Amino acid sequence: MSNYLGNYSLYIALIASVYLIFKSYLDSNSENKFLDKNFILITSIQTIMITVSFFSLVAAFVISDFSNETVFNNSHTLKPLFYKVSGTWGNHEGSLLLWLLVLSIFLFIFLLNSRSQDTKYKLLTILFQQIIISGFLVFILLTSNPFKTLYPIPSEGLGLNPILQDPALAIHPPILYLGYVGTSIIFSASLASMISGNIGDKWARHIKKWVLVSWVFLTIGILLGSIWAYYELGWGGFWFWDPVENVSLMPWFCLTALLHTVIVLQKRNSFKEWTIILSITTFSLSMSGTFLVRSGILNSIHTFANDPSRGIFILSFLFILILMSILIFFFNQNKISNTAKENFILSKETAILVNNWFMMFFLSVVLVGTIYPIFLEVLNGSKISVGPPFYHNLLIPFLIPFLIFMSFGPSLKWIKDKLKKFNYNILIIFFISLLISYAILTKTENSFLLSIPLIVFSIYLLLVTIKDFFVSRSSISQKISHFGFSLLITSILLNGLFSNEFNSNMKVGDERIFNEKVVKLKEVNVTDVDNYKSLKASFEVTNKNSSFALYPEVRIYQQPLTITSEADIKTTLFSDNFLVFNILKDDGYYNVRYQYKPLMIWIWISTIFIGFGGLLSVIRKNEQKY
Amino acid sequence: MSKNIKFLGLLLTLIIIFIILLKGLNVSKDYSNEKLKSKIDFSLNAKKLFSDEIINISDLFDKNSPSVVNIWASWCAPCREEHQFLMKLKDMNINIIGINYKDSPKNAKNFLSSLGNPYSEVITDNDGTKSIEFGAIGVPETFIISGKTNEIIKKYIGPLTSDNLIEIKNLLKKNA
Repeated sequence: MSNYLGNYSLYIALIASVYLIFKSYLDSNSENKFLDKNFILITSIQTIMITVSFFSLVAAFVISDFSNETVFNNSHTLKPLFYKVSGTWGNHEGSLLLWLLVLSIFLFIFLLNSRSQDTKYKLLTILFQQIIISGFLVFILLTSNPFKTLYPIPSEGLGLNPILQDPALAIHPPILYLGYVGTSIIFSASLASMISGNIGDKWARHIKKWVLVSWVFLTIGILLGSIWAYYELGWGGFWFWDPVENVSLMPWFCLTALLHTVIVLQKRNSFKEWTIILSITTFSLSMSGTFLVRSGILNSIHTFANDPSRGIFILSFLFILILMSILIFFFNQNKISNTAKENFILSKETAILVNNWFMMFFLSVVLVGTIYPIFLEVLNGSKISVGPPFYHNLLIPFLIPFLIFMSFGPSLKWIKDKLKKFNYNILIIFFISLLISYAILTKTENSFLLSIPLIVFSIYLLLVTIKDFFVSRSSISQKISHFGFSLLITSILLNGLFSNEFNSNMKVGDERIFNEKVVKLKEVNVTDVDNYKSLKASFEVTNKNSSFALYPEVRIYQQPLTITSEADIKTTLFSDNFLVFNILKDDGYYNVRYQYKPLMIWIWISTIFIGFGGLLSVIRKNEQKY
Repeated sequence: MSKNIKFLGLLLTLIIIFIILLKGLNVSKDYSNEKLKSKIDFSLNAKKLFSDEIINISDLFDKNSPSVVNIWASWCAPCREEHQFLMKLKDMNINIIGINYKDSPKNAKNFLSSLGNPYSEVITDNDGTKSIEFGAIGVPETFIISGKTNEIIKKYIGPLTSDNLIEIKNLLKKNA
């Protein structure tokens, strides 16, 4: 029943989409002053139909309707309700349906929110957005229909993968999608404004909200993915430069650049073409992300079962969109009124331009690392593997000028700034950061020449962003985000410098001394739980004057025989203590791995700060100052 | 540069990228296929983990019977899980060659000294290229390779399970 409902409402949505494409195209050539009421009506019908379709899939998951193939492949009656629901978007078909749902809801919100905008501009935005929506509808209906039925109806589903049952992973895709799909509105709106010729400060103010919303969701989405990798995969890291992680980072760099550029457009009415190019690129990167992940062209821990027809479809669709936007860009370029203004070297405009250069550099490095292996394999058949060293070697040295630049760029004035008289505050802050860095670096054996300026300038930037809360004229949201960023970089660096681990074989009652800490294995309790045997160890870690307990677990599943280790992580404000153990042989010895990771929680907190700054900027209505 | 030339240049670049990615789709389809690389290039040289000596990998294989090749790393949690099964294979007197994937030698040696060393020899693969030569896409992966014809008989992606043990034993017996 829900299969039919879901399937047919998608067809109705497709008809609505085709109608809207023609209608908006025809109307955009006439000189109507007002938007036809039908647009809102048909768009709401379409949004409702897609919502119905989505929720009928959710319903099928909740009641475990195994006559639906997607449910059969990805769910199980024993799953908790929360994971049944999140299972809806944990697979290829359902996740595309979610993409589609967000696409149509965003267009609907856009229509409600842009009453004051020019009619032709609105019509064209509808046109482009509907082209994207119809593309996704056709894609879903032809190659990845989530409502395929099975007969005879199986009695039990296949999906009971414990690794995927994690709260962060359950909400990570929808949040990330909100970010990805938000860029589609920016894309459609920038093409529309290119044709209708209304790019300027007013348009910038209007589109800035969408840029901010997408950026906040993308930031939080990436954060959640990283949290999942840290807690669930338990390898003790938070970022692995896995191609699928990179794919979410690339639009983030681009969107961050756009976020800054759009402010210049708003305040100074310049950088028009660059804003459009960034909007197109951001969306293309989001779409390429979908292509790279969904087609199976990348080999990574995230890749899903692949079907070449899907890859060919998304690739063609992506290139049609890019081609369309390039054509529009080149044939409407003359409509952009370039009020050529003089740019001074020492001004906020230049500062933002430099920020953009850095973002483009970071983006290119990640892009090359992700895409180049695919190219090389096609071109001469050789296979290379790009790992963390590539990214670290190329990104970290450039982080130093970026940090220096970020410390003074935001406080420059618009149009033209003067080199002020020597500022003693800055000198004092720099001196303090030198002292702190010296104190930090003497505590570590790892003293590469590169880490000295890195630590100095990251602490310097951190202090400057704190100082800015009290003296700078810029907006509070910007201060929070910039502070969050400097905190993030500092935490990552210190975390990298001071993390350490030990590996040892222990039996019950053994003690090991490691970095002035005593790790003691007190006991191992064996219990039988539902379908596995559980070995729960109890460790005591004693520091100079405090102690805490850690309870890692080993689970032995009998059918089929699999052994999984559940790490126990003790998180405090200063550090994370990570402990995992494994069974060795039957002689009572266990292999124990203990990791000490300082400031781990600050990596998450600082990213929340970054996103919160953006959120604050969305909520606050009249942000006059930047 | 005139606008038209810019436009054509961009268009041409796009078309080239499109074709390459389209081709890439087909390549990667074979990539995950178990029979992509049915033969191993035995002329490959590699460094030993314990002695820093550079050897030709063909020396590691027993010419008369198949060997097991296991790609692993100390940082890889699934490798830890499958380690016990490798120890069982060793107890059955099976020749296992380890490829240590993107790892620091110190951590790798720690791993083996604390958990036990199932390998007859371990070669290092700092940049991941050796593993790619075997057609691997990640860690852990296990291959059964005939020493006579240097063909891949079987390939396991992901950690080994107890079911695989029996299968490996039978395969080795059949191909001996």
